[in-house]
Amino acid sequence: MSIDTSTAARVAKLARIKVEDDALPALAAEFNNILGFIEQLNEVDVDGVEPMTSVTPQRLKRRVDVVSDGSQQQAVLKNSPDAREGFFAVPKVME
Amino acid sequence: MTDLNTLGLAEARDALRAGSTTSKELTVACLKAIEGAGVLNAFVHHTPEIAMEQAAAADARIAEGNAPAMCGLPIGIKDLFCTKGVPSQAGSRILEGFLPEYESTVSGNLLGSGAVMLGKLNMDEFAMGSSNETSVYGNAINPWKVDERQLTPGGSSGGSAAAVAADLCLAATGTDTGGSIRQPAAFTGTVGIKPTYGRCSRWGVVAFASSLDQAGPMTKSVRDAAIMLETMCGYDPKDSTSADLAVPNFEALMTGDIRGKKIGLPKEYRMDGMPAEIDKLWADGADMLRDAGAEIVDISLPHTKYALPAYYVIAPAEASSNLARYDGVRYGHRATLDAGDGITEMYEKTRAEGFGPEVQRRVMIGTYVLSAGFYDAYYNRARRVRTLIKKDFEDVFAAGVDAILTPATPSSAFGLGEMTDVDPVQMYLNDVFTVTVNMAGLPGISVPVGLDSKGLPMGLQLIGRPWEEGDLLSSAYALEKAAGFVAKPAKWW
Repeated sequence: MSIDTSTAARVAKLARIKVEDDALPALAAEFNNILGFIEQLNEVDVDGVEPMTSVTPQRLKRRVDVVSDGSQQQAVLKNSPDAREGFFAVPKVME
Repeated sequence: MTDLNTLGLAEARDALRAGSTTSKELTVACLKAIEGAGVLNAFVHHTPEIAMEQAAAADARIAEGNAPAMCGLPIGIKDLFCTKGVPSQAGSRILEGFLPEYESTVSGNLLGSGAVMLGKLNMDEFAMGSSNETSVYGNAINPWKVDERQLTPGGSSGGSAAAVAADLCLAATGTDTGGSIRQPAAFTGTVGIKPTYGRCSRWGVVAFASSLDQAGPMTKSVRDAAIMLETMCGYDPKDSTSADLAVPNFEALMTGDIRGKKIGLPKEYRMDGMPAEIDKLWADGADMLRDAGAEIVDISLPHTKYALPAYYVIAPAEASSNLARYDGVRYGHRATLDAGDGITEMYEKTRAEGFGPEVQRRVMIGTYVLSAGFYDAYYNRARRVRTLIKKDFEDVFAAGVDAILTPATPSSAFGLGEMTDVDPVQMYLNDVFTVTVNMAGLPGISVPVGLDSKGLPMGLQLIGRPWEEGDLLSSAYALEKAAGFVAKPAKWW
């Protein structure tokens, strides 16, 4: 599997990381190098093997379905780069 | 009298209980050592006022009697742990200015027991790295120095390892996703244990790869590791993968009596191109354990070779998901926008400015292996291989093996900058002996065993059965006693 610059651009877009056009060939080469290393996994016979979901056997605990936390608007907004009138502010999303 | 900052946790605890020193004295000694060690760049956020307040409170508590083991002991906290009101940046620009409104469970457990926080410690950005060279704070530097070069303390817990080795604190917290406690411990002649997955709560620890991340102590001795680990562990309802199991008194279980124990040497860990000195260290370690009464057996962990490639699918996949939260909206850095930029440009510019190259690389690899059309070929295949890696260990333990002895790292500490021109995969190979343990969720400990011909420390790793950290610490204690490693870095800073 070889990654070309258009695939690299698509991955960067999906990851929401701005990559300048002139940096894409180097990025594609890095991806190919790392994916080449990962390709070894194709040597392993995984027929009938379940993908691991939990490394230690455990069931997720249940709890009573009640509000147990909340009312911390100020604390939640405190670290925001732009918080106004009790909300997170972001650039306009809809026209 | 010995400088107080050079004490370990056990010695300092005993001195506090005997009334021969105070937490204030210990804390002042460490703060002074930190002040004189700026060049090591281990501590990146200093909290001397908090430390002195905590020390005063600890002294009062000790005077009342029945103070917990960690009470009054000054430690450093890796920057990955959220500490209330104290910068917690995970070594990243994207969390610049972030002041958590809450305390991580692990640091809370330590501070609640009276431990004194000296400050936050340098690390690779988001714990992604093996040399501390991806940190926004710049390199942490290994106090071990044998020529004109500055050496890496390892990573990602490089600041923690450097601080403990240089006696800037009595001990430090670390975290380990693929070897980030054990590799830096080996590079600095210190002890580091990663407990069983689920022992330490991950709540409030900035997430890298959630199915692999575990916190653990980095200390000056195996006994210290037992003491600190016990305080760090415990069930936490805020982490859904936290184990609801009683935490034993690890120090009491640490007898060092390993007569009749079966210790396995996995043949797959004998790598091509491994330095002869590491190979010899491994054989010497096996002899030490044999002399202490253990039975040494050859074992096979057939899927070892695939652990690292599987890790470099699973860890980036989880990272790409976990790091999606850094979007410039809720905390940390937001890029300055140009006129007409919308929310997508805000995300893209913020993340391009906020994440360093290695983090960007891993997030994008993770995005790729999770993307439509590749999910099965990469991510699901890696998870299947992970099942096989874990089964390798289960088979060996079922055959009666109590612990597994391996090298901790493929080399001793290398020079800062020496790996920048090689491809990332070469750097990833640093974790070849440690990453299997994270993939299988097992406890692993790195113990300093000897010096190489250059005079740099080398460590061996012991891997234990799940939830049997006490037994593992006991084997590690036997190895530590037999090795008698007492070397310290000569002070040049």
